[in-house]
Amino acid sequence: MNKREKIAELRHVIARYGLPPDRSPAPLGHARADGCLGGGLRPGALHEVFAQDWGAGGFALLLALLAASGRPLFWVRPDYEALEHGAVSPQGLAELGGDPRHLLLVRAPHAREALAAANDILACPHVGALLLEIGGEPKCLDLVASRRLTLAAAESGVTIILLREDADAAPSAALTRWEVGSAPSPPFDDDWGNPVFEAALTRHRLGGLGRFRMRWDCEKGVFADPLRPPSHVEIPHREEAA
Amino acid sequence: MRQRRIMAIWLPRLPADRLIRRRGMPFDAPLVVSIKTGNALTVHALDARAEQMGLYKGQALATARAMVQPLHIVSADERDDAALLEGIAGWCDRFTPLVTPEPPDGLFLDITGVAHLFGGETAMLALVTRKLAAQGFAAQGAIAGTSLAARALARHAPGTVVPPGHEAHSIAPLPIAAFDCDEKILRALRHAGLKTVGQVATRLSSELAERLGAAFVTRLKVMLGAEEKPLQPRRPLPDLMAERNFADPIVTEEAIAAALLSLAESLGGILEREGRGVRLLEAVFFRADGKVERIAVRTGAPLRDARAMMRLLQQRLEALADPLDPGFGFDLIRLEALLAEETRPATLSFDSAENARWQVAFLIDRLTARLGPDRVQRFVPQDTHIPEAAGVAVPAQERDCGEELWMAKRRPGDPPRRPLRLFGRPEEVSAVALVPDGPPMRFRWRRRPFEVARAEGPERIAMEWWRSPNGMTRDYFRVETREGLRFWLYRDGLYPGSGPASPRWYLQGVFA
Repeated sequence: MNKREKIAELRHVIARYGLPPDRSPAPLGHARADGCLGGGLRPGALHEVFAQDWGAGGFALLLALLAASGRPLFWVRPDYEALEHGAVSPQGLAELGGDPRHLLLVRAPHAREALAAANDILACPHVGALLLEIGGEPKCLDLVASRRLTLAAAESGVTIILLREDADAAPSAALTRWEVGSAPSPPFDDDWGNPVFEAALTRHRLGGLGRFRMRWDCEKGVFADPLRPPSHVEIPHREEAA
Repeated sequence: MRQRRIMAIWLPRLPADRLIRRRGMPFDAPLVVSIKTGNALTVHALDARAEQMGLYKGQALATARAMVQPLHIVSADERDDAALLEGIAGWCDRFTPLVTPEPPDGLFLDITGVAHLFGGETAMLALVTRKLAAQGFAAQGAIAGTSLAARALARHAPGTVVPPGHEAHSIAPLPIAAFDCDEKILRALRHAGLKTVGQVATRLSSELAERLGAAFVTRLKVMLGAEEKPLQPRRPLPDLMAERNFADPIVTEEAIAAALLSLAESLGGILEREGRGVRLLEAVFFRADGKVERIAVRTGAPLRDARAMMRLLQQRLEALADPLDPGFGFDLIRLEALLAEETRPATLSFDSAENARWQVAFLIDRLTARLGPDRVQRFVPQDTHIPEAAGVAVPAQERDCGEELWMAKRRPGDPPRRPLRLFGRPEEVSAVALVPDGPPMRFRWRRRPFEVARAEGPERIAMEWWRSPNGMTRDYFRVETREGLRFWLYRDGLYPGSGPASPRWYLQGVFA
């Protein structure tokens, strides 16, 4: 083996270092996004959702809902989140097609306790998914912490969604990073108000990046492309629509 | 019913002993603790030296001062004395779990069936008083079949151990002061020429009841062992327990962990035999210097696995604000199952769903042990239309994944009618509406302006008048801003209504 081959092999090892073992991914339902992700959201990995605006919270919960697929879903948040971003409403989850009976809310006093609780939850392989919500930029959430979460998730196969509001992207061990905001409902849609997101996949350790507009289908419980205007209706193009 | 055996302990100089213990050495002059009764200062307690000089309890302080010079006088602190008595009762837990403090200076220990562990009743009484004396307390006690008999003997014939059924005989020679009742009754007894308990007991009870009241007759009967009023235990009795004494007090963390594990194993064994599992577990650490620390953990499902119990305890210990301080070491550690429930025998379940449920329940226990029950929650639907009350969060330990179904408010195909996140305290916004009772056109929230692109409403929700009589009606609007943010706002009260001239708007929730 010559030097170049050796280096190539080492590069390959380094590139795959710390990646979760292969498990069948949870499809999002949005064809282009699933294509980018290689079939869907990979279980047993850390996925970060950075909020561009208020929509990101919903997006992160829906990702966790897909990953949990009927198993217990833990939502861990420090106390200040309820004041800052509102308390979790089980009725709201039911409206989106989720089942609040599977939702377990863990309220930690601070970010540090939230991280400790998250590590405990990740150790239990029978948990469906974990949504960890940490706003701002607490010191304890550093590269080491995110590395620890990644390892714990890989060990048990529990998917963890880390929701970051009011925070800038920092180096982390996450498998994917999303930057997400709300998008307006299409102007022709009379039943407006279904969740629509502008989601950018800005980091992905296993594949391509992309930018998607995704609509949540409350009936089927999957993401989908935004509605297309009905062909027989003329749409006055006032402003840039979907 | 089995005859009970009660040990009464009397600490005659408790307030004075407390002061000397705190000082670490005796005072230079005889010590008197004073208390204000009526308008005069009187002697509340005194130390041995003051007693030898002829001072006594209840004496006027001025007289005491005149009799003895110099005198160290401290005013009484009854709250501290009560706390100390409670602490001593906790220390006595090492002899029997049934300890009842009797303020201001007495204790009852129900030693039914435990005396043989300490070498018999006489030896046990000597042991308790000796150990208390070693800690600097003047203590005397007695054992009898009823609490009042033991109490009277502890005060007037310390060291007596009455054989079962011989209360009347042992009590008879005591002076009538042993009744420890109203001075008026004592005076009446003296007047009648009755000087000892035995003489009083010879009178007909109807005679006594007529003159001195029925309460006195009951008291007499209890003292003579004919009746018993049950003791109120200080703490709930554990269903099961395991304990271990250490000849050398243990200090190191490893030793404590090893001791806990072995206790958990023996408790687990008992639980297994009884077919029960623990729901409320308490570890009690008796420090060599008398301090007692208790650590309790609650479990969601009946538990009997020693390692699982151990992990819960350890998690609780790690979460303590001020860590467990062994001081000079623990000489007794006890593990109590305060609440044990029937369970099916532990068989290895091949049902993976059952196994998964159990694992998640255990995870919930661990999180609860660390964070507290009100921080690990599950939601239960409520039959109300008030949005913030629609789902109540309850401790996840108390409630399994429920049967109650959640119904979406929207019709199939409709967008969500309720937001995913609700503000517990709706936030006031300044909004402008185009028509008086129409949706807002633009509003300002958290110092940011928003323009409403689409709105739907109003959905009128009236507050429940049977709960809050002055509750207002709220008109809710679902709005989408130009940027695509979806909010839930409401206008407070009817418009124009009787309220303030301009309606107030609140933002209550954020849709996904």
